[in-house]
Amino acid sequence: MTLFLPILIPLVSIILLIACRHRLKCQQWLSISAVLAQLGTAFYIFFNLGESGHLVAQAGSWPAPYGITFVADYTSAILLIAVSLVSVAAIIYSIGFVDQVRQRGGLFVLFQGLLTGVYGSLLTGDIFNLYVWFEVMVISSFVLITLGAEKQQLRASVKYLVMNLIGSMLFVAAIGLLYSQLGTLNMADIAFKLRSEAIPPLVNSAIMLFFIAFGIKAAVFPFFFWLPASYPTPPIAITAFFGATLTKVGVYVMLRFYSLFAQLDTAFWQPVIFVVAGLTMVFGVLMAASSYDIRKILSFHIISQIGYMLMGIGLFSVIGLAGAIFFIVHNMFSKTATFMAGGLIYLYKGTYDLKKLGWVYKTKPFLAFLFLIPALSLAGIPPTPGFFGKFFLLYAGFEGAHWTITIVALVVSILTLFSMVKIWNEAMWKPEVESANLSVKSVRPAAWVGTVIAVVFTLLLGLTVGFTYDYFAQAGQQLIDPMNYIKAVLPDLIVK
Amino acid sequence: MNILIALLIGFLYAVSVYLLLRRSIVKLVIGILFLSYATNLMLFFAGGLTETSPAFVVASEAQNVVMTSDSLPQALILTALVIGFGVAAFSMVLIYRFYKETGTVDLDDLSDIEKL
Repeated sequence: MTLFLPILIPLVSIILLIACRHRLKCQQWLSISAVLAQLGTAFYIFFNLGESGHLVAQAGSWPAPYGITFVADYTSAILLIAVSLVSVAAIIYSIGFVDQVRQRGGLFVLFQGLLTGVYGSLLTGDIFNLYVWFEVMVISSFVLITLGAEKQQLRASVKYLVMNLIGSMLFVAAIGLLYSQLGTLNMADIAFKLRSEAIPPLVNSAIMLFFIAFGIKAAVFPFFFWLPASYPTPPIAITAFFGATLTKVGVYVMLRFYSLFAQLDTAFWQPVIFVVAGLTMVFGVLMAASSYDIRKILSFHIISQIGYMLMGIGLFSVIGLAGAIFFIVHNMFSKTATFMAGGLIYLYKGTYDLKKLGWVYKTKPFLAFLFLIPALSLAGIPPTPGFFGKFFLLYAGFEGAHWTITIVALVVSILTLFSMVKIWNEAMWKPEVESANLSVKSVRPAAWVGTVIAVVFTLLLGLTVGFTYDYFAQAGQQLIDPMNYIKAVLPDLIVK
Repeated sequence: MNILIALLIGFLYAVSVYLLLRRSIVKLVIGILFLSYATNLMLFFAGGLTETSPAFVVASEAQNVVMTSDSLPQALILTALVIGFGVAAFSMVLIYRFYKETGTVDLDDLSDIEKL
């Protein structure tokens, strides 16, 4: 029952939010309490994983593989906590940042809708159900990205919509192919069948289609162009929330599918993942280096950082996977915090353009400090979580003697530092230019509170890594040997 | 029959790719619709093509039935169709608003977005 709570809470809160849609205060408090409740449930699930580290629930008590299964293991429980932590910060921030028209236009309802999809995707153990959760998430994001219907938003959302729909359709096609070959939709059952029977050749096509579909969703190398075209257009509070959830869930599914299905053909998949990961890192960071808009630089960085997560999947050792999961969590916090601080700069200066910005450090030193911590984390300076994430990945890379990808990751890391320093120099230290022409909006305190929360989470993640690493390693261990996952879902299975 | 269905699905995919690559935003949306039709049809036949075999049997007659047809893909396609309708409705509203705001249906005008 507890496994359904993360999905039920946002669903119920959507109904309540629609019921009190004319009272903004009520909506704001309701969404904050809803995410706090989700946070509580996420921690409850995490601490109740038990001996085997798996929590399984069958919807409607239909036994697996006939019904829809919900499974939590360390990976999904950790990400559940991370998503709910980040959404606490994001919702408080958007109360302060987003204009009243958008807030009344259903912003909070859509946030909860998006969260429903995210939690569902993290917990489900059935591939068709995963498609449904993905659609819940993606449709909420369609409306969020067009909310307010400014000209730029509409233009950007066409690209966003088309790419995401193509991704979804490839996903469904892959499900159809896989079902026609194996006759089951339960992830654990598929994984078991792949391990116990001869693999029909079409299964490989299905897995390739899955890779492309989630590659589009996660914005990896050849499919990333929709992200920088669409992410910078909505209010930055929404972008921050997108950056923390949408692409990361795509990476999570890749992690899960690699562990359950693609792992069987490492000889083929490992080089593919490494090439894609390396190119994703390099392209993302180079495009960030050539941009002069805070939102665009940070959006390109999302792509570059996805490359690191993919690298962890490709390495597929305990440290590598722990690093990948740690990197996802770190990115959720650090990226959201940088977006939020960038939004505060916009509120005070009226622009995101680095050429027009200047002297934030002189006029708002605390804001500069709030930006500095997550920016250093993205670049990977100790003791921020970015350093530890990269350290685990590079350690695993050297350990596994994958020299090329590790060296690419190191170089990209320096370039990341370069573009963070660029924002710092241009926005914080440069003398101010023509600020008189820019319209300055009023800053509500909730925007500050949200940013501070996100920065504190970033710092805490870095400082507590000594205590939390064991959990990440355990998550990695579970992914490497999915037999326990299969046994937890299908307890009656006779393992030969 | 299998070959015919496969050709039909392939043809629908070809139509959708052709439409997706056109510049007009209206054709783009029609292309998306065709893409989802092709995919749904593929999902529909994932259970295999069987003639004259029942989907459900009474328990007492179970031993007389050699083969049953798989009814799960039909349940799946129903879900996919409903989602598809929602997305189609949204994308049509989107292109309408897009046309109202920009006064064009030509996707090439989208490139202005790069000058953010």
